[in-house]
Amino acid sequence: MSRALTFHIGAIIVLAVLQFILPVYHSGNLARIMVLAVYAMGYNVMFGYTGLLSLGHAMFFAVGMYGAGLSIRLFDMAAAPAFGIGIIASILFSLGVGLLALRTIGVAFMIVTLMFSQAIYLLILYFNPLTRGDEGFVIPQAVRQVAGFDLSDPVTRYFAALLLFAIALLGMVWLVRSRTGRVLVAIRENEERARMLGYDSWAHKLFAVVLSGTMAGAAGAAYGLLFGSVGASFAEVPFSILPLLYVLLGGPGTVIGPFVGTLFMFYLRDISSSFTDAHLLVAGIVLVLLTMYARRGIMGVVRERWAKWLP
Amino acid sequence: MAAVTTLLSTCGLSRHFGGLRAVENVDFDLPEGEIRALIGPNGAGKTTFVSMLCGRIPASNGKITFAGRDVTRMPAHKRVQMGIAYTFQITSIFAALSVRENVELSVQRRLGADRGQLGAASDALLERVGLLDRAEQVAADMAYGHQRLLEIAMGLGQNPRLLILDEPTQGLSDGEIADFIRLIREVARDTTVLLIEHNIDVVMALAQKITVMNFGAIIAEGTPEEIHANEAVQAAYLGG
Repeated sequence: MSRALTFHIGAIIVLAVLQFILPVYHSGNLARIMVLAVYAMGYNVMFGYTGLLSLGHAMFFAVGMYGAGLSIRLFDMAAAPAFGIGIIASILFSLGVGLLALRTIGVAFMIVTLMFSQAIYLLILYFNPLTRGDEGFVIPQAVRQVAGFDLSDPVTRYFAALLLFAIALLGMVWLVRSRTGRVLVAIRENEERARMLGYDSWAHKLFAVVLSGTMAGAAGAAYGLLFGSVGASFAEVPFSILPLLYVLLGGPGTVIGPFVGTLFMFYLRDISSSFTDAHLLVAGIVLVLLTMYARRGIMGVVRERWAKWLP
Repeated sequence: MAAVTTLLSTCGLSRHFGGLRAVENVDFDLPEGEIRALIGPNGAGKTTFVSMLCGRIPASNGKITFAGRDVTRMPAHKRVQMGIAYTFQITSIFAALSVRENVELSVQRRLGADRGQLGAASDALLERVGLLDRAEQVAADMAYGHQRLLEIAMGLGQNPRLLILDEPTQGLSDGEIADFIRLIREVARDTTVLLIEHNIDVVMALAQKITVMNFGAIIAEGTPEEIHANEAVQAAYLGG
């Protein structure tokens, strides 16, 4: 087994053990962080590995979340098939977004993703009778059951989050060392050269958007089912910026980086808000310092200095 | 030897940028197995011409045939898959990746992602261009001449039927140029080579035939001796 695989499996084991050690408050946080980290990992596929900067990733999260949530609310579906609907909705939606948005590049691409995301947000508000708009809705505990497991139970919830996280993490380890993963990096580094080596850069970018959007959607659907709330705030602009911050902090183009960034930001906010209301200011300062002194993010620096083998 | 077949040909190929006729009505034939040099003063349209051949820029008019197929509208990556490799005039490598990773990307389309196989094939290529001892280095940290050699290795890595080299020896030392000439002779045993080159010694040493362009058109074509004696060519170069 390679060092990279050992390291990531080790991380998963540590997280599993932590559930039994940590106080309830922190293991609850960690469950949330793991789901958000899947969102960030999805973001990293596009931003960190392929070099596509999206400013509207909340739309993917929201499509997964509402795909699952509305299936339950409107059609009385069970949790598992509703999760499936969330995933399918994410795949189709990100395919559509990819086909349209990839006609643009650079700044235009950023703006197009931002606008699509706003459109989704406004649609959620517009169809207020179905979605309950801003207020959102609760997925009742009775529905949050999968194969006899109660997803609202903290321990079950933790391991459900860990399962999703582990699949995403190991999937990423596999992807970045695969043929496709290396082509994505080639496109990030020099798209023209990649094309002139015979790689269909457009098809690879479309794949990156669909995978990224689907991971974000899976995170959204899981978030709704595990924590029981579905709301329009998950489709707002700030929620699109979050995964960018997580990834920048943790290390773009590293597999574990998005998790590290999510963990760091989550606790930065948690700790700073206990002694000041200006917790966003603290986050801002940390980001400024990071861009000044560690542009590759936490794991990017770790890789550069100590662990060149880190994927 | 079997009858010589045409690998690449163009018919009435043109490219206009607004009012500028960068390439105008070019008919060009390249037989399989030949080393052909394409020369001409700066701005003659050489790079524009070969960029149309490999699909980096679309043709305004005309037709390109490669290996018996009309490739005029074919996207660049498909042409590359058919066997046209292009090395850039302005060095275009994956600057942040290691030298070996650069070459691996050029061979993995043929060999898949098997680490061992990729590594072996890449090392063999790096050995051929003399960069093996720099395999672990980040590509951008190498001297310009070495980046040019990497560019050539990436061209060879694709195992092309037609290798288009756009000013490959620019920035190389005399010793490196001698190695380059030896390398291209070896490659040309099973690859057709189209070479844009300003260094006339390299052209004379390698080319079986020379095509001369000026103002977007072909003004002469022939053996090195014929071109050497051609008055139109002298005029184009000396401005006379």
